Amino acid sequence: MISYIFRRTLAAIFLLLVVSAVTFAIFFLLPRLVGQTADQLAQQYIGKSPSKADILAVKHNLGLDQPVYVQFWHFIKGIVAGADYNIGPTTVHCDVPCFGYSFKDHVAVWPQLTSRLPITLSLAAGAAVLWLVSGVAIGVISALKPRSLFDRTFMGVALAGVSLPMFFTGNLAILLFVFNWPIFGRDYVPLTQNPEQWANTLFPAWCSLALLYSAIYARLTRSGMLETMNEDFIRTARSKGLGERTVVVKHGLRAALTPIITVFGMDLGLLLGGAVITESVFSLPGIGQYAVQGITDNDLPKILGVTLLAAFFVVVANLVVDVLYAAADPRVRLS
Amino acid sequence: MSDTKKTAEPGEAVIPRQAAAEGDAAERDVLLRVEGLTKHFPIKKGILQRQVGAVKAVDGIDFEVRKGETLGVVGESGCGKSTMGRVITRLQDPTGGSITFEGQDITRLRTGQMRPLRRDIQMIFQDPYGSLNPRHTIGSIVSAPFRLQGVEPEGGVKKEVQRLLELVGLSPEHFNRYPHEFSGGQRQRIGIARALALKPKLVVADEPVSALDVSIQAQVVNLLDDLQQELGLTYVIIAHDLSVVRHVSDRIAVMYLGKIVELADREALYKAPMHPYTKALMSAVPIPDPKRRGQKSERILLRGDVPSPISPPTGCRFHTRCWKATEICKTTEPQLVELIPGQRVACHHPENFADQAPQDTVLLSAAKEAIELVPDAVLEESAEQTATAAPEEPEPAATTEPAPEAKTETPAKTEAETPAKTEAETPAETETPATAEANSPSPEAASVEAPAPGEEPPAK
Amino acid sequence: MTELSKTGVATGEPVAAGKTPEAFLDVRDLKVHFPTDDGLVKSVDGLTFSLDKGKTLAIVGESGSGKSVTSLAIMGLHRLGSRGKNVRMSGEIWLNGKELVNADPDEVRRLRGREMAMIFQDPLSAMHPYYKVGDQIVEAYRTHHKVSRKVARARAVEMLDRVGIPEPGKRVDSYPHEFSGGMRQRAMIAMSLVNNPELLIADEPTTALDVTVQAQILDLIRDLQKEFGSAVVMITHDLGVVAEIADDVLVMYGGRCVERGRADEVFETPQHPYTWGLLGSMPRIDRETSERLIPVKGQPPSLINVPSGCAFHPRCPYADIPKENVTRTVRPELQQVEGGHWSACHLSAEDRTRIWTEEIAPKL
Repeated sequence: MISYIFRRTLAAIFLLLVVSAVTFAIFFLLPRLVGQTADQLAQQYIGKSPSKADILAVKHNLGLDQPVYVQFWHFIKGIVAGADYNIGPTTVHCDVPCFGYSFKDHVAVWPQLTSRLPITLSLAAGAAVLWLVSGVAIGVISALKPRSLFDRTFMGVALAGVSLPMFFTGNLAILLFVFNWPIFGRDYVPLTQNPEQWANTLFPAWCSLALLYSAIYARLTRSGMLETMNEDFIRTARSKGLGERTVVVKHGLRAALTPIITVFGMDLGLLLGGAVITESVFSLPGIGQYAVQGITDNDLPKILGVTLLAAFFVVVANLVVDVLYAAADPRVRLS
Repeated sequence: MSDTKKTAEPGEAVIPRQAAAEGDAAERDVLLRVEGLTKHFPIKKGILQRQVGAVKAVDGIDFEVRKGETLGVVGESGCGKSTMGRVITRLQDPTGGSITFEGQDITRLRTGQMRPLRRDIQMIFQDPYGSLNPRHTIGSIVSAPFRLQGVEPEGGVKKEVQRLLELVGLSPEHFNRYPHEFSGGQRQRIGIARALALKPKLVVADEPVSALDVSIQAQVVNLLDDLQQELGLTYVIIAHDLSVVRHVSDRIAVMYLGKIVELADREALYKAPMHPYTKALMSAVPIPDPKRRGQKSERILLRGDVPSPISPPTGCRFHTRCWKATEICKTTEPQLVELIPGQRVACHHPENFADQAPQDTVLLSAAKEAIELVPDAVLEESAEQTATAAPEEPEPAATTEPAPEAKTETPAKTEAETPAKTEAETPAETETPATAEANSPSPEAASVEAPAPGEEPPAK
Repeated sequence: MTELSKTGVATGEPVAAGKTPEAFLDVRDLKVHFPTDDGLVKSVDGLTFSLDKGKTLAIVGESGSGKSVTSLAIMGLHRLGSRGKNVRMSGEIWLNGKELVNADPDEVRRLRGREMAMIFQDPLSAMHPYYKVGDQIVEAYRTHHKVSRKVARARAVEMLDRVGIPEPGKRVDSYPHEFSGGMRQRAMIAMSLVNNPELLIADEPTTALDVTVQAQILDLIRDLQKEFGSAVVMITHDLGVVAEIADDVLVMYGGRCVERGRADEVFETPQHPYTWGLLGSMPRIDRETSERLIPVKGQPPSLINVPSGCAFHPRCPYADIPKENVTRTVRPELQQVEGGHWSACHLSAEDRTRIWTEEIAPKL
């Protein structure tokens, strides 16, 4: 088991390296390949209406005038060792991990990301708990009584849930529960400050997001449970005289949940990289909104930072899923 | 068989093979020869995925398949019989050894080079559900070989497919139906029709009837039988069911842990098996006769399970479960030797024949435990036969000198109860091979065609 | 159903004293039907048999003959799961004086695993892959015994030892995939026998195993039966296994019993053409090889559109012998041949004897 985790971790680190290389290629190499000059590229790292001197400074700071491998070296070195940028007369130090420096706002990207992370984290975690519990519960009940009224109703709702876009359900939720009947608050408050208000303001966002996902999870759980409940070992469990509840939960659900863990991990990882639309709809200043800001401001370092962070979360989620999977299914540990 | 050949695409090189024709008659009768064949599946471990060992699925086997005969291969799960089947049809690459088909070495042929040979070597699979694509009609499944080989049969593909369907006992109207509309037995017939489409010379069938119901099993067995007589097919039939194998085969190879332990004519093998494993395997088959239940005395129970093919036992692989195992069995691997004509055995202390290592009489401790599961009657009988055969051996004295541990089965009780068995132990040189009837020369033998080894057919 | 449980079935009292059967297991006119979109699947359609303690009954038949459905019906496993609501069951199953078909499901559940236990064909898929073998046995024991985990574990080790698993103290903590096929089936047997059930139903227990392992397992079942004196219902398609282990044989075809009797009778003088077909289809290792097998022609019947009259008539070579097309119109009932030997066939006793002795037996 330990060697398995170790092996997986090494693989994850390798994957992170690959991901950063790809990210680097997208942001630094690709524009040059399609014919942009170093000056033009540098211009994009400053934002709108730069001056000649600014461009020169940025070009030098990012090493855009140097060979590609040197650029990549700087890029990686920045992440693991930090980097210095010369802005005019002053030198700014970008601390480890340096995910880039916004020349427009004159701040390093990383602290910006960390300050926004709790918001995205709150949103994702709350929604995840909601959708996992409701999705799995609905899926299990549907599977136990396939083609029943409950099953048909909830699978219909599930279909609607998947089909409705966030800017519809989200805005509807705001309209109804924040403006029309002001049950929920509007301004985000950190958990540490006021847990009650934290939950209160996030609740509509959680529900809207959970509706989207729980629909998928209900379907996944349903099909998984339907399959599992036809397995021989379920028949064995029943032939031992176990109660139906034990059979369903301990024998059926346990086996059916394993593939759901995988999907769940990946979804959560993706969401942590920024729930762009949800954050926009509910005006939550999280990672996703930061990315949007970067795009609207034409500020490449921000986008680069978010991309790297999102990739990091996905890779880590992948790792966690692998380990969880091995913990759940003893057969995985062998190979 | 030759008409399909003639309609072959011009791009495919088909030249007559002359070299092998000059070989002796016996050699010409051999359709497939396998020598020292091995197939190891590497096991990788650790962070760097280094190879730390190998599953020795097939670990050095020799045999030949003669034209027109049926070679049965039996063994328990994990003995490597299915892997062997896939390797000799080159669906998997062998690790070592050589496979010669009609005198041509096909061991290392690449996929493209194998393609012309795919016509001559076909396979029938066990699972009639998994081996037919559910989205294709029966017509397109059975005609697939024509398409893949670019062969246009006389009278058109559809007509030929319908003829094949009739041949295997289905109706030509089934052409446009889908596999799910058929029962298991019918699907297996479809699989057989597909395998026969290109008039193969060799058909390798891996458990062709084990997924079928008893009454259907008999239908398919009879069908295979009829087709062989009608088309002059050569079969290698791999199965775990000894009764089925006995029914269909002319010669039988018994495999244990990647090795052939005994290879003999059907009659000889079932009348007087020489390898203890063969004997145990046969005694374990339940007989559909309740009256014989009382005679539990015939059953030899083997202890435990087949050892892992990753690290098979040293010496004779069966020594860990054999009731006759002695020191030599642990240290020296017995070779597959033709003890009497038509019966090859790899054993130091064979049954129904003179002991090959009579000086070695001290049983291993595992054998002492194993012997408790062997009925006394079996022991007496075997001791007796060994004794009667012993005088021909150079050191007959050793057998009569009982080791203290081996007291239970000393040949002391030579009061001769069953002289009927003696015909089975006739010494090697005196008898003519019983295999003669299996060697019936097939009509195609003279006009064998084989592709040039170096030539690759054009890509599709 | 509730009506009946109120009248005392739930407490084990018979509904009417006169109806209580003598036999330990008594199945009367059992019907198990499944409504499907294509029609009513009559998996079991009127089955009657009985079995005493210490005896073994083999139910023989091909896939779809209803043999497995019968075993699941005795265990009451049909009513469970998503299909459970649909199944239509009628008839009576008496186990040790208790009627099960109309009993309270919870009452049947309490019997399951304690008084009647089951082993299945494929021990790999029949054991939960995520739980240790020992834990699964412990669970079976603790469902019916209020004991601590420690006591139950000791019992599990004892049972593993009893079924011949080496180092049971260590193997108790293994997962099913770490066992070989034979070991797994032994563990499965240990699990089913942990509560000393009086009825053991074995559904093709050796079909997935090699012959040498099959011999070990049959030996084990026989020994354990002797030791515990339980009744065994062996579901199989292999007449060799039947001959090996059964006292009585019941041959099923198309959801009904076509022949029933003592094993030696059924093998010696089989009375139904289907039984002849089964015997003729089997290659035999104990006889001189016959040139050809004598298969049953055609395909097994559909359980939705069971052929009229005798279900076997489309495949029966002798269907035209009885007069007036009776094989196609009238369903044959079981008729006593002699003693406990029964057969459901329209052929006259003379015809059957003649065909068997003159046409079939010499070719086997």
